[in-house]
Amino acid sequence: MVFNFLVLSKDNMDLAYSKKVMEHFRHPRNMGEIKNPDGVAKVGNRVCGDIMKMYLQIDGEVIKDVKFQTLGCGAAIATSSVTTELVKGKTVGEAEKLTNEEVARVLGGLPIAKKHCSLLAVEALHQAIEDYRRKKK
Amino acid sequence: MICYLNFEFMRQVYLDNAATTAVDREVFEAMRPYFLKNFGNASEVHGWGQEARTAVEGAREKVAEALGAEAKEIIFTSCATESINLAHKGVVEAVLQQGETRDVRRKTKRPHIVTTAIEHKAVLETCRHLEEAGMAEVTYLPVDQYGLVSVGAVEKAIRPETVLVSVMYVNNEVGTVEPIAEIGRMLKKTKGIFFHTDATQAMQYLDCDVDKLGVDLLSFTGHKFYAPKGVGGLYVRTGAPLVRQMDGGGQEGGLRAGTENVPYIVALAKALELSSKFKVQSSKVMNLRDELIAGVLKIPGAKLTGHSVKRAPHIASFTIDGVEGEAVLLMLADRGIAAASGSACTSGALRASHVLLAMGVPAEVAHGSLRLSLGKETTEEEIEYVLKELPPIVKRLRQMAPRL
Repeated sequence: MVFNFLVLSKDNMDLAYSKKVMEHFRHPRNMGEIKNPDGVAKVGNRVCGDIMKMYLQIDGEVIKDVKFQTLGCGAAIATSSVTTELVKGKTVGEAEKLTNEEVARVLGGLPIAKKHCSLLAVEALHQAIEDYRRKKK
Repeated sequence: MICYLNFEFMRQVYLDNAATTAVDREVFEAMRPYFLKNFGNASEVHGWGQEARTAVEGAREKVAEALGAEAKEIIFTSCATESINLAHKGVVEAVLQQGETRDVRRKTKRPHIVTTAIEHKAVLETCRHLEEAGMAEVTYLPVDQYGLVSVGAVEKAIRPETVLVSVMYVNNEVGTVEPIAEIGRMLKKTKGIFFHTDATQAMQYLDCDVDKLGVDLLSFTGHKFYAPKGVGGLYVRTGAPLVRQMDGGGQEGGLRAGTENVPYIVALAKALELSSKFKVQSSKVMNLRDELIAGVLKIPGAKLTGHSVKRAPHIASFTIDGVEGEAVLLMLADRGIAAASGSACTSGALRASHVLLAMGVPAEVAHGSLRLSLGKETTEEEIEYVLKELPPIVKRLRQMAPRL
């Protein structure tokens, strides 16, 4: 109830975040940096608003560790957080199948104006995997 | 559930008074009888109606007095946006209708409006509407780094077919006070140009005497000075041409049809009456604002936006490097503090504030904007609380961000 009140009080129903989004925003999982990552990518740009960096530590095609750093709004931080949670312990092949829709669904939906934020986290993940594959070759 | 408890006991600090204010208790009491007992339609001749009519006209007198105007020059509307729409569309339409009888240049060319790039959307979108409908040409004047428009630039932008100059009194995002009286004096030398100001953020604290400002039209809304949302007004100088935009009955001197919102009109007048008393003490708000500004500027990478001196007493606005505005707002909200931001993510438009961009603030910096706006109830303790809570929030968000 309180979550809703605080966010709705911004006078704009479109900006209402789900409890799950707020929970991830308040307590982001896997936040930080991995030294010498097996795959890493930075997406977004400051002019449009959000920047996201995703680090992967991969052992035998399994994502052993994943961390993110995000400069962005509540949705950007929450989607980064939940994306890392969803792929940690998965194989690279499984992680690659993660979609924006899935991220938004796990978060209990995102306000329409915020859909683009979920694109960024998954894009960062996919690019970090690509980086891993490049390095492996 | 923890949050529930937090909420119950958490300190609540409302620093978003530029968005809206609470209804003042006295204002609420003044409007109350007009809901239940004196509910009449002001257009009717019976007792109920006449009571309502007396209340509306009494309110009109009070509003006129606060603006140094005559009662017949005040039109009650539903909000500043409506007043602004009526002022711009109404003047342009009237000029187009009169075109045949006025001088030839006006007949052959579209009416021209001079406004600024930092106006509220109500003005900008209304101007765009008029442009798209082929009813007017519009010049959007640039501003300097402090958000100030120059009188010289307004003068230079005037063409023979200019019919309206529209400059806001106080910018809602950065608090810069525009040189309205100076523009008004300059326009006195011209003929056939009407001067509109959006005084939405000025009514509470600044002198809004229409003769001192030299304006022909002035828009305002009640909910920025402790009246309810849903009632506003437009001052129209006698002789200024205006075609009504809301067609129907003959209310508001035939310039705005629709049954008068009697309780809200009463509230608007009462709030304005109280605010003129409060104007005298606006230095209290100003001192608190300056304390807040000095404290926030101690955060590395925080910059004041807007003018340091030509600034409304209630608005403190900043950009903070390395953080995104909406994230700051959410974390402040978790600590019971209400603030605002012009970041792309708060607009829903995915575009940084047009005001900051017009002031030359780079988009990447504009995303980290923060506005704290004070009210008459704001206390020293509240400012101290915000100054204690904000720096760790900025620090935490910067820790979450990648190195750029």
